[in-house]
Amino acid sequence: MAQIFKPSANHITQATLMGLAIGVPTVWLAIAALSRSPANTKVNVPLNQPIPFSHQHHAWELGIDCRYCHTSVEKSSYAGLPATETCMSCHSQIWTNSPLLEPVRQSYETGTPIKWNLVNKVPDFVHFNHSIHISRGLNCNTCHGPVQHMQITYKGNSFQMQWCLECHRAPDRHIYKDETRPDLQPRQQVFNLYWKYQTTGLDGLSERERALMLGTFNGTDNPKEREAGKQLVKDYGIKVQQLADCSVCHY
Amino acid sequence: MANKETLNNVLITGENSYASVEDSIGRLILKPQLHQRGWWIFFFIGLAGTGLLGVSITWLVYQGVGIWGNNQPVAWAFDIVNFVWWIGIGHAGTLISAILLLFKQQWRNSINRFAEAMTIFAVMCAGLYPLLHTGRPWVAIFWLFPYPNIMGMWPQFRSALEWDVFAVSTYFTISLVFWFMGLIPDFATMRDRSRNKFGKIAFAILSLGWRGSNQHWHRYEQANMLLAGLSTPLVLSVHTIVSYDFAISTVIGWNVTVFPPYFVAGAVFAGFAMVMNFLIPVRAYYGLKDLVTIRHIDWMCKILLATGMIVFYGYILEVFYGFYSGNVFETALTKDWRFNGPYSGYYWALILCNGIIPQLFWIPKMRTNLLVVWLVSFVVGIGMWLERFVIIPISLTNNYLPASNKMYYPTMWDFMMFGGTIGFFIFLMMLFLRFLPAINIFEMKDLLHKVINDESKVEPTVEAMNSKMNPTPAKEEVPA
Repeated sequence: MAQIFKPSANHITQATLMGLAIGVPTVWLAIAALSRSPANTKVNVPLNQPIPFSHQHHAWELGIDCRYCHTSVEKSSYAGLPATETCMSCHSQIWTNSPLLEPVRQSYETGTPIKWNLVNKVPDFVHFNHSIHISRGLNCNTCHGPVQHMQITYKGNSFQMQWCLECHRAPDRHIYKDETRPDLQPRQQVFNLYWKYQTTGLDGLSERERALMLGTFNGTDNPKEREAGKQLVKDYGIKVQQLADCSVCHY
Repeated sequence: MANKETLNNVLITGENSYASVEDSIGRLILKPQLHQRGWWIFFFIGLAGTGLLGVSITWLVYQGVGIWGNNQPVAWAFDIVNFVWWIGIGHAGTLISAILLLFKQQWRNSINRFAEAMTIFAVMCAGLYPLLHTGRPWVAIFWLFPYPNIMGMWPQFRSALEWDVFAVSTYFTISLVFWFMGLIPDFATMRDRSRNKFGKIAFAILSLGWRGSNQHWHRYEQANMLLAGLSTPLVLSVHTIVSYDFAISTVIGWNVTVFPPYFVAGAVFAGFAMVMNFLIPVRAYYGLKDLVTIRHIDWMCKILLATGMIVFYGYILEVFYGFYSGNVFETALTKDWRFNGPYSGYYWALILCNGIIPQLFWIPKMRTNLLVVWLVSFVVGIGMWLERFVIIPISLTNNYLPASNKMYYPTMWDFMMFGGTIGFFIFLMMLFLRFLPAINIFEMKDLLHKVINDESKVEPTVEAMNSKMNPTPAKEEVPA
C-alpha cells in the first residue's frame, strides 16, 4: 500500500510535540513575566506631565514637606493634588517668566485646573485610604519609592494586589518605629524621616531607613525587627486576622 | 422498531467475518450515503440546539445571571442541576471502559466506544455550567484554577467546589486520552480502507503512525490497562466529590451521609439509560444489530435495574433520615416540601420515574422489548434530572428561618440553556457517528476470533457461528 506520508513525517511529528511541550510553558511563563514587568506595571517608567515637575528639586533640594502640596494625606483617603494656587504661592514670585511654567499661569488665569497624568492608581473597586497608612507610621516611600529623588515622577511599586497583600498578610514585616525618636507619634515619624535625611544624609540613617529612603525596602526578615513589628501591630491594634479579608479594600 | 430479536449468549450474531465486522462499522464513515434523512434531521436538531446554546450563553454573559430564575436563597438551580445531570450521564462510559475492562467483561467491547464518546460530550456539556454560573466565565479561571497570579490569590482548597474542579478536569482529561488511545488502531484501519484523499490524510494524522506491529500492540495493551486502572477510581471519585458539594454543607436536605454512594449509583444509572436511548435507534438505523445484540441490551437493563435499586434505596434512606434525625427542619422538609407542598408533584414523579418504572426490568420479556427498554431509559433520564431538581433548588427554598423561604421559578433562559446543551450533545453525537468508528473495530475482531475459536470460557457460545463453518478467505482480510 502506498504510504501517505514520507518518513520525514515522523520527525515533523516529534518536533511538533516537542515544540508544544516547550512552547506552551514558554508562552505561559512569558505572559506571567510580562504582566509583572515594568512594561505592564510601569514601575520605574517616568510618566510625562503637562509641566515637567521635579520632586527631586522641590522635595529634596528645596526641602518642601510632602504635605505642603498633598494636603489631605493625613486626614483623608485621598492624598490630594495641589491646586494651581498652591503652585502660584511661590511661582507668582519666582520663575515668573519661565516658559516651562506657562501652563501653570494659564491655568491660574483661566481658572482651569492643570490636567496632571495620574501616576499611581488603583482600580475603581479598590478603596485605598492614605490616612490610615500614615497614622500607622508607614513612610510614603514604602509604597511610592524614592519620590524625593525623582526628576519626573514614576511608580515606585507595581500596586498589583499581590504586592498589597505582602504587607496585609504580614504587617510585622513592614511596620516600624524610629527608636531614636520615641517621643514621635507614628504620623509624625513619617515626615520626620525626611528631615532626618535632610540634616544627616544617608549616613545618619539606620540601614532600614536608608533602604526606605532609596525605595529598596521590601519588608524585613530580620527576626528581631519582626518581633518589634509584631509588638507594634499589637500596640496599634491592627487586626491581622482580618487585614487580608476581601472586604478590607473591596467594599 | 423490531422487537423480535432472539436472545442467546452469543455476543456477535449473524454471518460475520473479520472483514464484515470491519465493514459494517467502517462504512458509517466511508459511505456518506448511509447517513440519510434520519441523520440529517438529528444533525439539524443538534445544530439548532447548539445555536440556542450560543445565544443563551451570549445573552448570559452580556446580561449576567439575573436572566435566570435563581434568587436568594435559591442560589443554585438549573445551572447546578444540569451540571450534575450531565456529569452523571458520563459515568456509564467510564464504568464500561474501565471497570468492565478490568473485570474482563467481553460484552463491553461493542458499546464502549459509544459510551466513552458520550462521556466526553456529556462532560463538555457539564463543564459549561460551573464556568457560566459565575456569570463571568473569564474571571472564573482564577476562581477555579490555582495558578500564581498577580493578585496573590488562591482558590479555597478547603471547599468541595474546588475539589470538584480537579475531579471534573481529571475526569475529562483521562476520559479523552483513554478514548483517543482506543481509537488509534481503528483510525489506522480507517486510513487503510479510506478511498478519498482527505479521509486518508485525516485518519493518517489521527492514527499517529500506527502500523499494527507487535510492539505497537504490546504498548497499546499496557497503556490501556494503565489508563483503565487510572479511570477506575474516577468512576467512584468524581460523583462522590460532586455529592460533597451538597453533603458537606449544612443545608437541610443536602447534609446527608448517603449522598456519595447514592450519587455514584445514580450516575451509572443515568449513564446507562442515556447509552440505551442513543444506542437502540442507532443500531436499528445503521444495521449494527449483529454487533450490539439483544444480549447487550438485556445486560444493560440488568445494570439499570441494579443501580436503580441503589438509587431507590437512597430515596428511602432520605425519608428515613428525615424522621429518624428528630430534626424538625429535616422532618419539615420531607413532609412539607417533598411529600406535600408546592413541589410535591416533582418529588412523586421522581419516585415514579426512578423507583417504580425501572422495576419493569424484573420481567425478562421487558428487557428484550426494545420499545419498552427505550421508553424506560427515557423515563430514567427524566427521573435523574428530577432527582437533582428535588435535591438542589427544592432544598434551598426551605430554610431554617421560615421568613427566608422562597419559591423558585425557572425562566425561559434556564430552559433554553438546558435545551441548548442537549442540542449540543446531539450535535456532537451525530458528528461522532458520521466521522468516527462508533464501535471498536479491533476489539470486535478480537471478540469474533474468540467466538469462532471458542476460546472464551466466560461466554460459552451456544450457537456455532456460521463464519466458523465457512471461514472467510484470508485474502479478503485487511491486516490489522
